[in-house]
Amino acid sequence: MAVAELTKELSQMAHPDEHAPQPGAADATPNDATEPGTPTVIVDDLHIVYRVYGAASEAEKGNAANALMRILKRQGRPQMKEVHAVKGVSFVARHGDAVGIIGRNGSGKSTLLRAIAGLLPPHKGSVYTDGQPSLLGVNAALMKELTGERNIVLGCYAMGMTPAEVKERYEEIVEFSGIGEFVQFPMSTYSSGMGARLRFAIASAKIHNVLLIDEALATGDRDFKRKSQERIQQMRDEAGTVFLVAHNLEVIEETCNRVIWLHKGQIKMDGDPATVLAAYNA
Amino acid sequence: MSQPESALADSRAGDRAGGSSPNGKESLSALAERHGLRRAIARPSLRVYLRQLWDRRHFVFTYATSRNVSKYSDSALGQLWQVLTPLLNAGVYFLMFGVIMGQKKDITNYTAFLITGVFVYSYTQRSITGGAKSISGNLSLIRALHFPRAALPLAYTIQEFQQLAISMGVLAVIVLVTGESLSWLWLLVPFALLLQTIFNVGMSLLLARVGAFVRDMNQLLPFILRTWLYTSGVFYSIPARMKGQPGWARFLLEFNPPSVFIDLVRHLVLTSYPHDLAKHQFPHSSLPQLWLYAGFWAAVALIGGFWYFWRAEERYGRG
Repeated sequence: MAVAELTKELSQMAHPDEHAPQPGAADATPNDATEPGTPTVIVDDLHIVYRVYGAASEAEKGNAANALMRILKRQGRPQMKEVHAVKGVSFVARHGDAVGIIGRNGSGKSTLLRAIAGLLPPHKGSVYTDGQPSLLGVNAALMKELTGERNIVLGCYAMGMTPAEVKERYEEIVEFSGIGEFVQFPMSTYSSGMGARLRFAIASAKIHNVLLIDEALATGDRDFKRKSQERIQQMRDEAGTVFLVAHNLEVIEETCNRVIWLHKGQIKMDGDPATVLAAYNA
Repeated sequence: MSQPESALADSRAGDRAGGSSPNGKESLSALAERHGLRRAIARPSLRVYLRQLWDRRHFVFTYATSRNVSKYSDSALGQLWQVLTPLLNAGVYFLMFGVIMGQKKDITNYTAFLITGVFVYSYTQRSITGGAKSISGNLSLIRALHFPRAALPLAYTIQEFQQLAISMGVLAVIVLVTGESLSWLWLLVPFALLLQTIFNVGMSLLLARVGAFVRDMNQLLPFILRTWLYTSGVFYSIPARMKGQPGWARFLLEFNPPSVFIDLVRHLVLTSYPHDLAKHQFPHSSLPQLWLYAGFWAAVALIGGFWYFWRAEERYGRG
């Protein structure tokens, strides 16, 4: 890292209050009247390194002769590259927090969420959590060739519900998603908005202690956006802590009471939404 | 370089944490301990893991069924392909080995003999192929949700089991049509297939871990499995081929897991097969011996495969 950049970081860290006035101010929003102080997620000097396969290096074309030469020369797996995605991030999130995570593409936002969820092992440092954080990511379990109905059941089971819970929640999911009779059609016939609504409805059907949302609110119409924000608010009230990654800063501003700005895998700024977003947009 | 950075990050986060805690400079790990927070990642003990897996049984079955349903949902004939696929497979192999190459001299009912072999072998083959892809092909799922990862290879094997059940219905018809008679031994077929299923689950778990970390496995596997196919006595009778050869060589071929399961089912389903072996006085493993081998392979594969898979539990999905 360049010295200049480091000193910049240094001065920023030495005077965090310049950018993030009072940490207490964020905690003092009306919703957090109950138990403001209990930590739910503690991230302690977290480093995440993951491997990427098939990353082609400089002059390399993907032909067999080159591949053979590579094996003969180095005997390793040069197609594998290590990416240091999160570099020494630390913070404490508390009961009732809705933490927005912003940053450019590739700044490590999604990686950080996955690490908090315990889905990516830390290279160094640790993540401490209260219960099992869940990533709002049921999408991966769904199959677009299947009907909405089957997908609801499949998604609920994937999140670990019991048959009784699935039965109990089914109507609610259909109603919340607002897809109506389309529930009998394969998901491949849905518009992107309908698909997103159903996915959010399934994913949010379960009560989570710590909920991690990655870009789930980007799609959907105005009405559904409002509904999903209400749902997130409700989850915050009921449960504990919500993390939200989004490129749509409006969503962050409306939903969160604290924003962490990640830049190249490090925290550039951490504080209340107005201040951080103002600096981010500057 | 990372030293001062992390130290800074620590002290800074400590400040923030200190906002509400009485002693301002408490370390983060101490704060976590004080509030009873736990590390997010850890491999559960084998017992806990088994219980978690049991809790996810509905997911495993629904996932398997869903994959089977979605497999044919694009075609016009739809789920009919679940029956048509094994039928056509049987037809192709019969044409190739029964009609063109004509290997009928030792086996009275070669059609049923061959198709039994093909169905039983392809069950193991497809479980292994599926298992090898079950982790590497589901990374997005693994990176999104928490569940014991063994649920995936398990679901792939159950998916193949559902296919096998249909194949066995087809086989029963073929066997009866080609002149075999119903026998009480048919009742034992489910037990033979159960042992094979246990073996397949173990192999699928084993290959799931290998396939997750050795990327080239999926390219290599078809060749390995085809070699295995030719050595497993699917198209020919091992006892007939090994007549006059040393006993240990015959044992080696007969002890090969797919041959064990194939021969077992043949003994149970085809009344003519034991007669053929007796008539030509081919030395061969007896039915009780075959059960013993089958039980041995099922136990070894399941215990070994499960243990091997579980050992890497927290590393799946890392890339």
